[in-house]
Amino acid sequence: MDVVVLQSLEPLIEALTSSGYTVVGPRVEDGAIRMAEISSGADLPAGVGDVQKPGRYRLTSGDDGMVFGFAASPDSAKRYTQPPRQTLVRVRDEAIEEVEQEAPRVALLGLRACDLAAVAVQDRVFAGGRHPDPAYLRRREALFLVAVNCAVPGGTCFCVSMGTGPKAVAGFDLAITELASPHRFLVETGSERGGEIVALIPHHPATSVDIDAAEEVSRTAASRMGRQVDTDGIQEWLPAAHDSPRWADVASRCLSCTNCTMVCPTCFCSTVEDVTDLTGQVTERSERWDSCFTLDFSEVSGSHVRSSGLARYRQWLTHKFATWYDQFGTSGCVGCGRCITWCPTGIDVTEELACIR
Amino acid sequence: MSAAEKSRPKLAVWKFASCDGCQLTLLDCEDELLPLASTVEIAYFLEASSAIGPGPYDLSLVEGSITTPQDAERIRHVRRVSRRLVTIGACATAGGIQALRDFADVREFAAVVYARPDYIATLERSKPISAHVPVDFELRGCPIDKRQLLEVITAFLAGRRPVVPGHSVCVECKARGNICVLVAHGTPCLGPVTQAGCGALCPAFNRGCYGCFGPTETPNTRALNAQLRRLGMSDPDLVRVYRTFNATEEPFLQASEEAEGDA
Ligand code: SF4
Ligand code: SF4
Ligand code: SF4
Ligand code: SF4
Ligand code: SF4
Repeated sequence: MDVVVLQSLEPLIEALTSSGYTVVGPRVEDGAIRMAEISSGADLPAGVGDVQKPGRYRLTSGDDGMVFGFAASPDSAKRYTQPPRQTLVRVRDEAIEEVEQEAPRVALLGLRACDLAAVAVQDRVFAGGRHPDPAYLRRREALFLVAVNCAVPGGTCFCVSMGTGPKAVAGFDLAITELASPHRFLVETGSERGGEIVALIPHHPATSVDIDAAEEVSRTAASRMGRQVDTDGIQEWLPAAHDSPRWADVASRCLSCTNCTMVCPTCFCSTVEDVTDLTGQVTERSERWDSCFTLDFSEVSGSHVRSSGLARYRQWLTHKFATWYDQFGTSGCVGCGRCITWCPTGIDVTEELACIR
Repeated sequence: MSAAEKSRPKLAVWKFASCDGCQLTLLDCEDELLPLASTVEIAYFLEASSAIGPGPYDLSLVEGSITTPQDAERIRHVRRVSRRLVTIGACATAGGIQALRDFADVREFAAVVYARPDYIATLERSKPISAHVPVDFELRGCPIDKRQLLEVITAFLAGRRPVVPGHSVCVECKARGNICVLVAHGTPCLGPVTQAGCGALCPAFNRGCYGCFGPTETPNTRALNAQLRRLGMSDPDLVRVYRTFNATEEPFLQASEEAEGDA
């Protein structure tokens, strides 16, 4: 793996843009660090940090000039791998029209190790098995993934417990570690096209000082996890806790609002909607994000299989942390902490698991 | 008149106690109004024309709540002449903002406002249409959403179930890519207990949802109230957020009473 050092990210953003990618990276919008289109290094959140707690997110500002001094953004790669709504088929006057789904060339700059692990989970869901989704494959192929190794984990992060971070080890085209004094970026190449981009920009080889400094960043981050989960034997004990009194307790705090599943980078559930137009000549079938927290999601023949909030919360937690293994061979959770931060009532999966155990 | 012309379903739009905002949503469907007018015969719609069709009607859209004995009588007539009856907007589905009077003595109001309160014939309560006659579908919102209105009309024409989910505003909020104002700004938001349909309009403009689409399919207002209190809302403020357009809808009523009880 080639390891080089860049003095600035400006040439990287330019090279990605001139190679035909729309660059989507961290930028401050509406009081949060979103993943949004950026056109220059000046758009990056220099000196901005975040404080993440259950049900609470706030920005901080400082003058260290670091552009990646924060943890998981509310946005993940999911919006790009699995768009919130897509039209699947259109039937016009009884003739079926294939709807070509868009697969925009996007460079996602600033994905974290947990985000890469989540993309790998989605790859198994959508591209694995006997029926890979061709539209997913095309979208995925069109994404260029630039990871950033976390220096400052958030208060809700627990990637160390899930074995997914904080250092990106695979699944990226390029991986950046931001280093201080002097401010510079260590860049690892993870793919051929990653190497092609690096070849376009001014760089010099990393020295052992740079490499040691980068390792130190990841070591420090690993020691500063906001939270942890004891996953030992979880495949057995979590489903076995089906009758735990804790479920009723958490259900009393749960709004069934779906926010946890919407922000979760691995939650993939969707529903299909068929609509006709006024003339009755055009029918469209579309797929949109749904969640195991909605009542309709478990509707079978007009009745709801999981009609209580308790049953829905139990379904989400048990699937995510245990039965996902049976289905896909890994955990469904990558420890990014988003469901904790963005839960309006601050329900914390790590705390629930600890209590249920 | 051609055969097709004859078989065009007849649409009627009726008004009870309301502000006309929901009916205007129909006129607001600029691009769709022409195809709509060629698909259905708009046989009764005072807001748009003075022609009064004789009925019966295939689809009646009813705006407004029932607040007078005359209206209670008129809605029974509307039901009799309508094959399908769909109520539109918070007034018709929940009693509307005017149901706030249910929390006070309406005769006292009348005495304060009118020189001759004895001329005023009004019911004790402002009730949704469904409290008086059977309703085939209730479309929520104050005002209703144009896309949802077209979807309901289209679905009724096609004889299918309208795609109008009962889940929270949060689903649409996240799909739209809004930042959560509750978590990131500490702004009180009723989105988690409010039914979707508006496309998460208010959070898109950095405002909290104030619940104009009424309660979700499974609202947990007690849990939301606990969080809103943590964000610094006082009990009187909590009572007020639930007492707007859907104040007497059971889950919102309970939520405000719970806050009042603790006050
Ligand atoms: S369950 Fe929560 S912590 Fe785990 S991947 Fe999903 S959002 Fe992240
Ligand atoms: S969970 Fe780990 S990889 Fe993800 S943002 Fe937090 S520290 Fe970084
Ligand atoms: S756990 Fe939190 S985010 Fe998830 S549905 Fe319940 S209240 Fe909403
Ligand atoms: S802003 Fe309101 S509607 Fe949007 S996700 Fe947050 S709580 Fe839900
Ligand atoms: S966000 Fe809430 S208050 Fe605003 S339009 Fe939608 S339902 Fe109504």
